[in-house]
Amino acid sequence: MKKGVAITGMGIVSAIGCSVEENLQALLTSNSGLGILKHIQTHHKNSIKVGEVGFTNTEIAAKLNLPEDNNYTRTALLGSLAAKEALEQAEINDISTYRTGLISATTVGGMDMTEKYWKQFASNPEVQKYISSHHAGDSTKKIATLLGITGYVTTISTACSSAANAIMLGARLIKVGKLDRVVVGGTDALSKFTINGFKSLMILSETNCTPFDANRSGLNLGEAAAYLVLESDEVVAAQNKSVLAYVSGYGNANDAFHQTASSKTGEGAYLAMKKALEVAGLKSSEIDYVNAHGTATQNNDLSESIALQRIFKEKIPSFSSTKAFTGHTLAAAGAVEALFSILALQENCMFANLGFKTAMSETSLVPVTQLQKKELKHVLSNSFGFGGNCSTLLFSK
Amino acid sequence: MKTCYIHSVVSISAQDSFAEDGIISEIQEQADYKILAVHPPYRDFIPLSQLRRMSPAIKMGVAASKKALEKANVEQPDAIITGSGLGCMADTETFLNTLLENDEQFLTPTAFIQSTHNTVAGQIALGLKCKAYNTTYTHGSVSFESALVDAQLQIEAGEASNILIGGVDELGSEFVDYVHLVEQKQKQPIQVPLGEGATFCVLSSEKKEEAVAVLKAVEIHSKITDENIVAEMQAFLKRNKVDASDIDAVILGNNGDAFDVYYQNIEEVFPKIDFLQYKKHIGEFFTASAFAFWMGAQLIEGETLPKDFFIRKAESKSYKTVLLYNQFKGSQHSFVLLTQC
Repeated sequence: MKKGVAITGMGIVSAIGCSVEENLQALLTSNSGLGILKHIQTHHKNSIKVGEVGFTNTEIAAKLNLPEDNNYTRTALLGSLAAKEALEQAEINDISTYRTGLISATTVGGMDMTEKYWKQFASNPEVQKYISSHHAGDSTKKIATLLGITGYVTTISTACSSAANAIMLGARLIKVGKLDRVVVGGTDALSKFTINGFKSLMILSETNCTPFDANRSGLNLGEAAAYLVLESDEVVAAQNKSVLAYVSGYGNANDAFHQTASSKTGEGAYLAMKKALEVAGLKSSEIDYVNAHGTATQNNDLSESIALQRIFKEKIPSFSSTKAFTGHTLAAAGAVEALFSILALQENCMFANLGFKTAMSETSLVPVTQLQKKELKHVLSNSFGFGGNCSTLLFSK
Repeated sequence: MKTCYIHSVVSISAQDSFAEDGIISEIQEQADYKILAVHPPYRDFIPLSQLRRMSPAIKMGVAASKKALEKANVEQPDAIITGSGLGCMADTETFLNTLLENDEQFLTPTAFIQSTHNTVAGQIALGLKCKAYNTTYTHGSVSFESALVDAQLQIEAGEASNILIGGVDELGSEFVDYVHLVEQKQKQPIQVPLGEGATFCVLSSEKKEEAVAVLKAVEIHSKITDENIVAEMQAFLKRNKVDASDIDAVILGNNGDAFDVYYQNIEEVFPKIDFLQYKKHIGEFFTASAFAFWMGAQLIEGETLPKDFFIRKAESKSYKTVLLYNQFKGSQHSFVLLTQC
């Protein structure tokens, strides 16, 4: 078995903290970041729980030393903070030494500002600077400029599997030698647009979500950004770098069942997991822990459970969803949970699936309900999205 | 490493490029600041029951993908990869306006569901029941080229035999006016209309008689200065072992704004060969450069393009190697090299 592609740095901003260390502490103490929405005015404020980043835009802009007339959206602000931490952790001072790329993921891009100023765009020159920051590539472009990356830079948007696909593409580019180093991940800010979108689909929970529970009542939205630095074996060897973990496998498949709903058989999820195992050259019995997509909607959790049963047969590894810590952070979720999977490998522990009480009758599966220590070698992470997009990543020591 | 063959390319644009023979017989003059694509009769491609709910981006994407697959004689691709700069703008505008005007009340999910950038790729997969690799790039003017990079990676590595890829953007009805509004405040604004379109193609590892051309190389660069553009272009050619003298035509993304200096710098390198442009006729949008990909394939296949597309035309000859270059506002540069099979 090949080791895979080395991960040498990571950075994160989420509802449970604005650094890798803060996120780890919250995970180790089973401390959820879900709460009442503060930064957005919406009628749904009191009927939902969200995973919101504590800082205001002004506070983040100050941390990044941005000029006052900047046109950063919250998506770009969160992304910049997390990407900066990842680069620092990887101890990269001179970005131009190696061929370095950036692949970022987002679903709504600059929607947080667009929705605020949509009705003023035509008449108010003050807010027109946010017209060019609407498109999804804008936050990526700003992060690239901040990090000094001038070459291969792109954005992926496959709904809630976006960042998993960004990590996958980065690993593939390193593997074939097209890049020496690549920053991969995703960023999404909370917006009225997504809150109302998921509300109209009637899948938002009024309470903290309870993934995989028989009585689960929907998801909590969250906002976050998370990035990993991937480097080739040559770069790692030349700089004698310490490696946090390896991206050992990846798989992307489409459920081809419905624009938003997952199939009863979990076909897309099953195929994505199967491909990831094949790429890694691992048997399903070698997976020690699964960080599930587990959004806590009726549809996803049942479909994913069935996919887990299909791929792992009767020997389902320990699994949990960390969505009750951060909320569902849409495009960023794949990167947030990749980072949690790497922390799990480093700490040899599995994080709690908060809120779980009763197994669903269809599958009887019980996730890890409390922080649990265990020697881990291989962790599997799932991310699924609208459009049938299903992706699986495998991380190994 | 395997060769990446192009088995088919089709394009829906503001010109009649989607016609049965794929030949534009007459150039439509574009007078407005925003222009719609020449939309084909979609009921020939899509069941009426589905058509009702589809936005122009989805219709264009589904119809163009069907024709591209049919021309390449492929039923199930091994991957579906799309690029879109603004995604499904029409449904985004609909959901946003309803949400703001109704003060978050009485919302139905249809427009939201169809507003995500990956809707087109998802709908194509759904229509084909295609469970293969599926992804969507949305990075401004290199959205389509990002899809090309991914596809070429898979073909060359032998991970896939036939890949459907496409670039699509729709005009929408409101945001485009805001874009136009701020553009008009620039010192030297974009001088071509804002537009829409969809270009889809099938890339394959298989060498076939009917193959149109070869995708020799594709690169994207986030930032290049105008002084450095020639050096970067030459380095790109060198990396792919192509001499500047091998190039028969260059297709450029001129849109009349201040950043056209990048194209002028490229032009100076090649004193004798053909230069073509297209944004004047199909409009500027993030995946407009996919139309240049269609043009390049047409040239190599030996089809005639209307003289209006030529900035400069040398003597008539066959086209063996065509270079495409595009950028937007000085960033998101792409080089694409197409060669004869």
